[in-house]
Amino acid sequence: MRRNAVAVVGAAETTRLGVIPELSQLGLHADAALNAMADCGLSPKDIDGIATANETPVQLAHYLGITPTWVDGTSVGGCSFMLHVRHAAAAIEAGLAKTILITHGESGKSRVGNPPRSVPPSSLAGQFEQPFGPMGPPSMFTIPVMRYMKRYGVTEEQIAQVSVVQREWAAMHPRATFRNPITTDDVLNSRMIAWPFRLLMCCLVTDGGGALILTSADRAKDFKTKPVYILGTGESVEPPMVSQMEDFTSSRAFRVAGPTAFQQAGISTNDVDHLMIYDAFAHLPIYGLEDLGFLPRGEAAAFIAARNTAPGGKLPLNTNGGGLSYMHSGMYGMYALQESVRQMRGTSPAQIDGAKISVCHGVGGMFAASGTIIFSNEEPAAIW
Amino acid sequence: MAEPGRALPAPTPETQHFWDGTKAGELRLQRCDSCGKNYFPPRPFCPVCASRSVSVFKASGKAILWSYVIHHRPVPGFTPPYAIAVVQLAEGPRMMTNIVECPQTPEALQLDMELEVVFEAQNDKITLPFFRPAKG
Repeated sequence: MRRNAVAVVGAAETTRLGVIPELSQLGLHADAALNAMADCGLSPKDIDGIATANETPVQLAHYLGITPTWVDGTSVGGCSFMLHVRHAAAAIEAGLAKTILITHGESGKSRVGNPPRSVPPSSLAGQFEQPFGPMGPPSMFTIPVMRYMKRYGVTEEQIAQVSVVQREWAAMHPRATFRNPITTDDVLNSRMIAWPFRLLMCCLVTDGGGALILTSADRAKDFKTKPVYILGTGESVEPPMVSQMEDFTSSRAFRVAGPTAFQQAGISTNDVDHLMIYDAFAHLPIYGLEDLGFLPRGEAAAFIAARNTAPGGKLPLNTNGGGLSYMHSGMYGMYALQESVRQMRGTSPAQIDGAKISVCHGVGGMFAASGTIIFSNEEPAAIW
Repeated sequence: MAEPGRALPAPTPETQHFWDGTKAGELRLQRCDSCGKNYFPPRPFCPVCASRSVSVFKASGKAILWSYVIHHRPVPGFTPPYAIAVVQLAEGPRMMTNIVECPQTPEALQLDMELEVVFEAQNDKITLPFFRPAKG
């Protein structure tokens, strides 16, 4: 069915990650975009498609001096960039554009040039959730977890293990925000945010950005960078209100996006060498492992606690340390994609030797949206 | 319970019946006349079969505690720690709420405990539905 494969040829994060008060949100987008263009030797005149979230593609095209024939402003939260990759791959295959830039920038910590975030009181969330006292993701994304814990007998200690294991991965990354080892007790004794969630079970809040450049696999060979091919993609959405999630122990959006990508890629979970699951909070890798089909329901927490996803484990997961330790500007999906690309290029500071297939799974809102991208460093012609 | 600063809803034409209900001391849900599905939040058509033939009815007010967090950060109108809960109504739909007349502790807040609705006016237009441990 598919005529042409698509590859990532340019990938970069902002020059710095962490606290960057000297750049606005727009400036962070541009810094990442310029770094990605430099990565693969392109200039704005070579880009004919642009996708972004938070800022509009109109703003970015003008700011960077790009004249696009294709734009995508899909904005569904932190996994928007997974959806951009999916849409960009389809656009390149369809001939709508040849070279597409996807940008992210967010002044999550310094709040320079960020649009205000508020929930209109006339929206459904404004009417039926906000009056009961939620204040942002730490008090909403976490609400389903008690039901999961009761159904499967999962403990707070097991959820804390997610944070402990990911810190081990972060320790290998010079650019990670938090690199010092932590113990289960450290996590459980950290400041209570929204019981049962402590501070160290919640993502960081930092400034940063990232960008990707995609083109056809045929053209990818002309670039100096090692092409990272897109094998399969998926996307979906679920209720915009966490209280209306169909099943508090599983994400329907995950269960649609993930299998769609695996089916397109023609692979099974056994073929996966490296995995990224967007971890705004410590329960997300648990839900993701189960909803993507890596484990039966209720088994993921014990699987992580048994160090299967830790350095040296059989399923390396969130090898940059994730949103819990690496960085999290608010829309983390771009940083998960960057680590997948590094692993496929063989350039991650926490490189998995011989990794050929990387799955990168994102979430948007409070379980409201999802996008899955499956990458490979081997050209997929054989399976298409 | 009318602490100053709590975010309050701005009803829309599609949800006005719900807020009229809470003010009148009724928890009003909707039911599809075609497929029989009970649903929430309000909308003028069935979320399952898309039928526009739907009715408003008074729910029993009985529910069980489905899931929650105990929030420890300051929010206007709230004194931490306080639980932000989702309850499952006897009629099927789930809704976010606060649990009142109950200690805001993991020991007191047990999943699946039986609850009943209570209404607390916030001003002359808006009354919010809360839930408390069922009596008897």
